[in-house]
Amino acid sequence: MEKTYTVSVFTENSIGMMNRVTIIFTRRHLNIDSITASESEVKGVFRYTIVLRTSREQVDKVIGQLEKLIDVFKAFVHEDSEVVYQEIALYKIKTTSLTNGDVEKVIRQHHARILTVDPQFVVIEKTGHVEETQMLFESLQPYGVLEFARSGRVAVTKPMKEFSTYLEELEDSKN
Amino acid sequence: MKSLVAENVNTIFGYPGGAIMPIYDALYDYSDSVNHILVRHEQGAIHAAQGYARTSGRTGVVFATSGPGATNLITGLADALIDSTPLVCITGQVSSNLLGSDAFQETDVIGISMPITKWNYQVTKAEEISAAIAKAFYIAQSGRPGPVLIDITKDAQFGEMEFSYEKCIKIRSYHPKPKMKMQAIEKAAKLINKAQKPFLVIGQGIMLSNAENELLQFAEKSGIPVASTLLGLGAFPNNHPLYTGFLGMHGDYAPNIKTNECDVLIAVGMRFDDRVTGDVSRYAKQAKVIHIDIDASELHKIIKADVPVHADAKEALEILTRLVDEKQHSAWLQEFTDAKKTEVDTLLRSAELLYSDEIKMDEVIKMLSELTNGEAIIVTDVGQHQMMTARYYQYNKTKSNVTSGGLGTMGFALPAAIGAKFGAPEKPVVAIIGDGGFQMTLQELGTILQSKVDVKIIILNNRFLGMVRQWQQMFFEKRYSFTEMISPDFVTLAKAYSIEAIKIEARTDLKQTLSTMLNHKGSYLLEVMVAKEENVFPMMPTGASVSEIRLN
Repeated sequence: MEKTYTVSVFTENSIGMMNRVTIIFTRRHLNIDSITASESEVKGVFRYTIVLRTSREQVDKVIGQLEKLIDVFKAFVHEDSEVVYQEIALYKIKTTSLTNGDVEKVIRQHHARILTVDPQFVVIEKTGHVEETQMLFESLQPYGVLEFARSGRVAVTKPMKEFSTYLEELEDSKN
Repeated sequence: MKSLVAENVNTIFGYPGGAIMPIYDALYDYSDSVNHILVRHEQGAIHAAQGYARTSGRTGVVFATSGPGATNLITGLADALIDSTPLVCITGQVSSNLLGSDAFQETDVIGISMPITKWNYQVTKAEEISAAIAKAFYIAQSGRPGPVLIDITKDAQFGEMEFSYEKCIKIRSYHPKPKMKMQAIEKAAKLINKAQKPFLVIGQGIMLSNAENELLQFAEKSGIPVASTLLGLGAFPNNHPLYTGFLGMHGDYAPNIKTNECDVLIAVGMRFDDRVTGDVSRYAKQAKVIHIDIDASELHKIIKADVPVHADAKEALEILTRLVDEKQHSAWLQEFTDAKKTEVDTLLRSAELLYSDEIKMDEVIKMLSELTNGEAIIVTDVGQHQMMTARYYQYNKTKSNVTSGGLGTMGFALPAAIGAKFGAPEKPVVAIIGDGGFQMTLQELGTILQSKVDVKIIILNNRFLGMVRQWQQMFFEKRYSFTEMISPDFVTLAKAYSIEAIKIEARTDLKQTLSTMLNHKGSYLLEVMVAKEENVFPMMPTGASVSEIRLN
């Protein structure tokens, strides 16, 4: 059965790492819905957050092959219920659209905020899950959305201290 | 070069070119201590390095230049990755200031080779070279071995630095030696001790972990029948009473059908390739499966294991031997013997009927096996001759079987045989090749000529791409689409390279010419004209289960 899974991969910060990670998915003909990467709580260790829809069996095998990469410390997989996650979306609309009082209402209703105001355009920011950022997009569409960009998912896990525990164990085993 | 010497490298297979000239220039000063074998094509270099690694147990080293030199390594990298062969390939690259600019002979070899190397790395500064090479050797050899590629830009090759070399002994994100869980081993031992019909299937992992003795002791103490995958041949002496044969699509009848009759299946250092399992949904369903492998991603990948043991085969088998009861399974073993008899009788009958005049491939292999006591190093290419050799050569020595298993690379055998001889110079090396595969890399006859390496070559010429033709006959209504081959005169060709050669067509000449070949000092090519339309049986058609293997 297909489900949405969040894969977290902890890696060294080496050139081409993104490529190494993504080709594992490509090989199995899996389409990545979103991917983000940045330094984790451990200095020098990068965290990739990858969202995709597939079966548990497939994703478990992907984890095995990700962990086989030399520069990967550890990979985890979680269902939506096991992670706290967020995305950010930016919407650019004409400043003139603001003169219509309805836009203010829309922003208020969606708990979005105005990031910047330029004589010609306004940038609105909204954080939330895909459905929420999508809903704001649809509400703004009648006023003309000049640009719309949504980030990939960032996620932290609900179980406590997964990766750092692992790293500690690693240090212990060396001593 | 100093880094390579620090890793005790004494044999390199390579081909020079623009972007690797500084390295070759340095190599010039090491001609006394390092034997560089000049091949005729980079694919030849990498297959030779694979042959070298497989017979010597050491890491094969390859030099190639940038661009086409590097891309010619691709097939070999893929082959070495899937067959777990340790290699360090060093490629030249254009100067770092030219990277990405479509410079002459520039190729993104790091990008291209990423999915087919265990690890790869681009060096752009001279100071990085020794650390990269140390890491390369460590990664290639440790855990489940594999190919590593180091791409060195020309400016880094020219760069001067204070040389220091430290062997790499750990990488913080890489743990090649699993910590075996005693619990798992104890659980495995319990299953084995309770089993009525246990069955041991082994792969190349036995040889890669040097666990041949541990395997022998385990099998002898527990009395469990043993079968081998294609790459595992030789890890367990084929003349041992517990040895029951070769697994898979063209494997032996007994071990295939017994896979679906055993109650405990113990798989060690093998990966349940689809050519071994047939239909996985009907593979060993009745059995409890114990899977011992050093590569965690292999556990549960194809066959769900009841007891997965993430461990080095040597360590696991040693402990397992202590924990299992001393037993004999004579009745169970007899079932294998009976099944083997069925196979032998059926095959003999059909052979008599079909090909009385012409030489058959299996006759050649059986005779070769006899004349060499099953102790030669046998290198095969891919196709019918490969399956026939795996079936009928009695591999009694470890690291004596060199073949392209997972990737099925035609053209592998000739260069691999050259490397195999450098890896084990004291042993006779015989390459068995089809007429098709031989023509894929026959330029390496030039390497034999120049390096004077002693390799015996047997071409089993059936004037067809035999394996594909067999499938066309069986599954495509005999529509022989582009499988018929017209070949050059191989004897004249060999002679052009100063290699002694002879062609035979009569059965009566077989024994004599094989002996002549084996006793000849230096390389020798023997072309045997074999039956045109011989088929390899047993055979498990695609989608069939192991119990449906056909004898004719």
